[in-house]
Amino acid sequence: MRTVVVTGVGAVTPLGIGADQLHAGWVAGKCAIVGGQAPCSDFDPADFLTIKESRRADRFTQFAMVAGDEALTDAGWEPRADLPYPAERVGCVLGTGIGGIDTFERGKDLLYERGPDKVPPLVIPLMMPNAASAALAIRYGVRGQSFSVASACAAGTHAIGSALRMIEVGDADAVITGGSEAALTPLACAAFGSLDALSASGRSLPFDARRDGFVLGEGGGILILEDAELAAKRGARVLAVVRGYGATSDAFHLTAPDSDGTGAMRSIEAALANAKLTPKDISYINAHGTATPLNDRIETIAIKRAFGDHAYQTPVSSTKSAIGHLLGAAGAVEAIATIYALRGRVAPPTLGWEQADEGMDLDYVPLKARPLATNGKPPVGLSNSFGFGGHNAVLCLEAV
Amino acid sequence: MSTAVTTEAVEKVVTDAIAQFGADPAEITTESTFEQLDVDSLDLAELAQIIEDEFGVELKGDDVAKIKTVGDAVEMVVSRAS
Repeated sequence: MRTVVVTGVGAVTPLGIGADQLHAGWVAGKCAIVGGQAPCSDFDPADFLTIKESRRADRFTQFAMVAGDEALTDAGWEPRADLPYPAERVGCVLGTGIGGIDTFERGKDLLYERGPDKVPPLVIPLMMPNAASAALAIRYGVRGQSFSVASACAAGTHAIGSALRMIEVGDADAVITGGSEAALTPLACAAFGSLDALSASGRSLPFDARRDGFVLGEGGGILILEDAELAAKRGARVLAVVRGYGATSDAFHLTAPDSDGTGAMRSIEAALANAKLTPKDISYINAHGTATPLNDRIETIAIKRAFGDHAYQTPVSSTKSAIGHLLGAAGAVEAIATIYALRGRVAPPTLGWEQADEGMDLDYVPLKARPLATNGKPPVGLSNSFGFGGHNAVLCLEAV
Repeated sequence: MSTAVTTEAVEKVVTDAIAQFGADPAEITTESTFEQLDVDSLDLAELAQIIEDEFGVELKGDDVAKIKTVGDAVEMVVSRAS
């Protein structure tokens, strides 16, 4: 089986444009939540895309394009028109929870207000969940496998896991992967609100006793995965090794997690087994940590069951305390945040954490970042993602 | 209510639409081809909808496939209306 490495990353998040902004902002304790939402306020497509490119892309695809350009540059895949591998050996797998819901809502408004003849022809090509993977494949001339993964809030992690497998078995030499989401729309906000999933207080307080739901964010994260030998041959700088991946299903409920955390626990165990590692090898866990009452309790149980006593020695923090919940982009953005944390030997904080909840007694890295204990070895971390529908996916990443 | 179909009125609507699609307004003339302006089948589907909205002239897929230049489009709309 081939070893797979990450050679480039790019991100558009509520903390700003660029993966550096995400890491620097989070570690510094910046919270990008305003008025109960976490929008990418700095993002103006006109700064990066032509009029034609913008018009042909829903906001979730625009995020993927801009993060993709950054990731390719970061990986040294330049000029963009000249891929470092035969185009047929490069793939593109992206995750999204919903796809182009803004396009969908505008199209539906026109249908109801002005009739079927007034629905723009671009509605379907922009709203389809695979629009972002198609746009990137076209933009970069990728001719291997390209498709999108839909597994709600686990989609970004599933996409990276699928990309990993694609390279491991030799179906591709490199894959552009990650996820994007732009669901700060009236319908999505109202619908998540009806589900009682959103924070009524407008604060994202993962693992805190006062947590009352997630804060909806938006953005995108793209990673370049390559076969390690081929990456070395082309002299690529390597950011991280994708050591393992585990994915399971709860087979329990459409929105609620398995009540004893078994599904989530099995995905953590599967990622560790795939990496041939034990909990003692893990220096940091980037939690799913949505700040919903149920997720954070069940995730804590799952980590304890998978890690045993070592759970108490492992820092666990949630990126969502800084940028809210990016749904199908969350796993991708959080994998990037994990790589930065491991490389920087730092445990980023769970912002806002002040009050312990009963039975939730892990080290959630409250309020302030702190150095990561590493025992002199390159640190290894996990990034957890759990989606509506009972989809669980966990990545095991090692800093280089 | 539809706008009166004159060559000038149609030219303006077509030119504005193509500029909105992302073409450089300075390069849009009646002689310029859609290929030169990077106007593709999706743009033409939108253009047909705009024309129908504005002038009440319906362009079918076959009609759209025949037109190659901005002038062709204007001419087809004007001839259909008369």
